[in-house]
Amino acid sequence: MSTTTYPTITLSPKPDESEVQLLEVSMGPQHPSTHGVFRMDVTMEGESVVKLKPVFGYLHRNHEKIAEQETYLGSMPYTDRLDYLCSLTNNWGYALAVEKLAGIAVPERAEYLRVIVGEMTRLQNHALLVGFLMQDMGSSGTPLMYAFREREKLLDLFEALTGARMMCNYMRFGGCRVDLPAGWLDQAKKVIAGFPKFLDEYEALLAGNEILMARTQGVGVLSKELAVSAGITGPMLRASGVNYDIRKVDKYSIYDRFSFRVPLGDHGDVYDRYMIRLLEMRETVKILQQAMEQIPEGPIMDPKTKVRNFRPKAGEAYGRIESPKGELGFYLVSDGSPVPYRYRVRPPSLVNLTVLEEMCLGHNVADVVVILGSVDIVLGEVDR
Amino acid sequence: MLGEGILKGLAVTARNFFGSYVSKQRLTTLQYPEERSPQIEAARSFPFLVFDGTDAEQGLRCVSCHICEKECPPKCILIKKSTDKKPDAVGKMQFYPAVFDIDISVCMSCQICVEVCPFDAIKMDVVYDLSTHDRFGGLLLDKQQLAKSNEYYRQIHPTEAATVDAARAVERAKVAAKAKAAAEAAAARAVAAAAASTAGGETK
Repeated sequence: MSTTTYPTITLSPKPDESEVQLLEVSMGPQHPSTHGVFRMDVTMEGESVVKLKPVFGYLHRNHEKIAEQETYLGSMPYTDRLDYLCSLTNNWGYALAVEKLAGIAVPERAEYLRVIVGEMTRLQNHALLVGFLMQDMGSSGTPLMYAFREREKLLDLFEALTGARMMCNYMRFGGCRVDLPAGWLDQAKKVIAGFPKFLDEYEALLAGNEILMARTQGVGVLSKELAVSAGITGPMLRASGVNYDIRKVDKYSIYDRFSFRVPLGDHGDVYDRYMIRLLEMRETVKILQQAMEQIPEGPIMDPKTKVRNFRPKAGEAYGRIESPKGELGFYLVSDGSPVPYRYRVRPPSLVNLTVLEEMCLGHNVADVVVILGSVDIVLGEVDR
Repeated sequence: MLGEGILKGLAVTARNFFGSYVSKQRLTTLQYPEERSPQIEAARSFPFLVFDGTDAEQGLRCVSCHICEKECPPKCILIKKSTDKKPDAVGKMQFYPAVFDIDISVCMSCQICVEVCPFDAIKMDVVYDLSTHDRFGGLLLDKQQLAKSNEYYRQIHPTEAATVDAARAVERAKVAAKAKAAAEAAAARAVAAAAASTAGGETK
């Protein structure tokens, strides 16, 4: 990806447990670096990690079982709270699954609206991730606040469109809830046009920073083989060099109409995962510019779909999208009643978290924090 | 050169720091609560009940149909239907809510109640500084606290309120036209009946 020479980090060999004294440390669940209520049981030999056990479930809210007692529409606001940073992509994944289940077609304008808000969600999620990664490395504040400043502009757009900054509850089965208010598109074009400037500034701030490189290059390497066999998706998989983006693979919605590239890493370390996010934001800006140019006039809801008494015919469906964190899938089984018989979420954060131990073994405890930060988890989605 | 990247980064920070004194664009924070960001029209916080006219009790649009209560995902609404009826905006006799409570500590501001209401009776408010010392009673709003006038609604969501008002005016006109037509038909029938009876009288 970059031409810099990578430092070789020698990992400490696995110690013989009979000879050394091991120290067990509980990181979390309230530690600010754990991105929510997440705990890691770290066994250390000196400074290096020999065993790591992730413990989650502190934020379990019984989302799937609650959804099996709610109407299909009633679960929509709950999906906002899965990955609470990207409520719009969560809405999209769920709407896609229900539309597959009930065989609903979405009008063209609504598809464009979905792409626009979904890609904006990707922008603000990645902006936060690169900010928080710096926070985890001990750069307290500055880069994170720059990222927040930029994210707030996007959240203002979300509020003007959907009524809420974070819990948008915007998409409906067969379309979107409201059309764009007057002047929204112009404002959005202005914000998106200014976004590459922020990326340039952010790269000037950090990309060549020696401390950043020393802390991230060669740290937390995830091999291609392990990433594929563990089911890792999203930017983390692409940082390991696997070309797999559901927007390209499935071509769901109208993604076949936009030209964009999928950035790939080749080392699979924390630095690659960080750079992938920055490069992906630039590609997302391209998609947004194309979508905002092409958006047609027309209806935003499928006229045949009812809001109340929505009963899809019996059957099952799996809808998946490329959420900012990876493959977000919703699996639904319907028995013809107004509530789903089975509702299951395939959360990208949880699956991406399963390789945490493999990435951390042999590294110092301070690196564990950085590696966890590079996975990009949101506990609302991990625990559900 | 080692340290070049760090110096470059520090230059960016310095530009932002000193820039914040001269450029409004770089100064992005507000001193809440003295300063507030401008209200966004589509913003929503918690539901309220709309009433027409000046009397909150008389003008309440809610007819106690229980749809919002059933559709509310976290079930934060409690409605008890009245036993008697009162005339609504178009003069039709309707039930009204004897009790209408919303527990806004449970409400998640999803707006589904607004979407499903067929009477435009429940809408989203924009007030957000609602913290209180009493977390049980203070956040359980009853009918009197929830009722807000249509003028208030027009003030906070002008575009949306204009559409609702237009739709309601059309509906009212339709009902008035129907009533007028019915009255005319009744009058005509009465005339015809009278004519028939007089005609009958003549033949007798």
